[in-house]
Amino acid sequence: MMNWSRRHFLKNSAKALAAAAVPAAAYELLTPEILAAVRKGKGPRWAWVIDATKCVGCGMCVQACKRENEIPWETTASRTWVERYVVTTDGRVLIDSPNAARDGYTKNNPMGEQVPAEQIAKGFFVPKVCNHCENPPCVQVCPVGASHVTDEGVVLVDRSWCIGCGYCLQACPFGTRFFHPVHKTAEKCTFCYHRITKGMNPACVDACAFGVRKWGDIRDPNSEVSRIVRTERVTVLKEEYGTKPHAFYIGLDRIVR
Amino acid sequence: MRSHVFRPLWIALGLLALFLTARALYVPGDFGVHRGDYTYGWYRTGNEDDWKAVQVKHKGKDYCAGCHHENYAKIAASKHSRIQCENCHGPARDHPMDPPKLAVDRERDLCLRCHADLPYRPKVYTGLPGGPIPMKMQNPEVHNPGLPCVTCHSVHTAGWK
Repeated sequence: MMNWSRRHFLKNSAKALAAAAVPAAAYELLTPEILAAVRKGKGPRWAWVIDATKCVGCGMCVQACKRENEIPWETTASRTWVERYVVTTDGRVLIDSPNAARDGYTKNNPMGEQVPAEQIAKGFFVPKVCNHCENPPCVQVCPVGASHVTDEGVVLVDRSWCIGCGYCLQACPFGTRFFHPVHKTAEKCTFCYHRITKGMNPACVDACAFGVRKWGDIRDPNSEVSRIVRTERVTVLKEEYGTKPHAFYIGLDRIVR
Repeated sequence: MRSHVFRPLWIALGLLALFLTARALYVPGDFGVHRGDYTYGWYRTGNEDDWKAVQVKHKGKDYCAGCHHENYAKIAASKHSRIQCENCHGPARDHPMDPPKLAVDRERDLCLRCHADLPYRPKVYTGLPGGPIPMKMQNPEVHNPGLPCVTCHSVHTAGWK
């Protein structure tokens, strides 16, 4: 048996404490963000900021996106869409997005129903778009390597490589993927890769006259989106899925799915 | 060893060689694991250039200003200043070469996208540098139904004709 003096006890306690502190510090140093930065390298990492409180449901973003990216006009397919949420005073929730809101909302007819103004407790519009997740499940499930993430965090689909199996359509928790009616391959928002790589805004951002949609480099602490995410009350959709969505919303209600 | 032992082996090796040759011919050279990330970086790098090469169709109002300076200046001074020309006129593409003429959407429904008085539509417009202003809204069933808005209203000045 060991003879434990007070000095001995204190010395060993200090050692044990120091040993316990080391793994905690090491864990802190290796946050997922840092690992992601190592994996994805430096340079810009694009993200959305969507201020839902300003959206009037004009659908100009959807119109511009469909025209810019040649998504057949006469189909409901769209890379972005605007949802209408109407909550009635008796607690019913009406959600619709006719034709992805391609023609905007011009009538008070949620789900084809005439709801008198006095029976509406609240209502709002929510633009939806690909979240360009940090851990995109849609890319992970692709069996042929047609879906991928660029250095800037943009999730893209290789049309020449996609076999159209549709796993990614099911894997996306946000329902942003669909089949292109002409190319017959998986289709999604490209963050207007052809525009942003030329220094332009995505088509939907330009088309919005209300300043709902903003985009920028989330790695740059001085960018507008970084400042908003840091200083304002933002949220992301379906955080519990762990995909780390990069579309940050201002003014989302809890009924928004 | 007898040949019936080796024969399946030659067949297996032959099939393997065939598979490797076919793969070498079919799979592009830039296809593979990139950034050491099999989960998200297994793809053909050339696809990024494919997407970059997509034609820009919406050129933005500064492109329009090159020729249509009068209307550009008019709308820039109005409460419609944040509306892109191409929202109502359609994408410029390579106008004036292709297409030589752009259509103008004069439908009532175009204006109603923002100005229809929906109970849940924001009542204040915050898009202007001068500060928030009330959104001009109309009930389309009461306000001159059937008549195009441009009969009385000027879109470029956001005022009367």
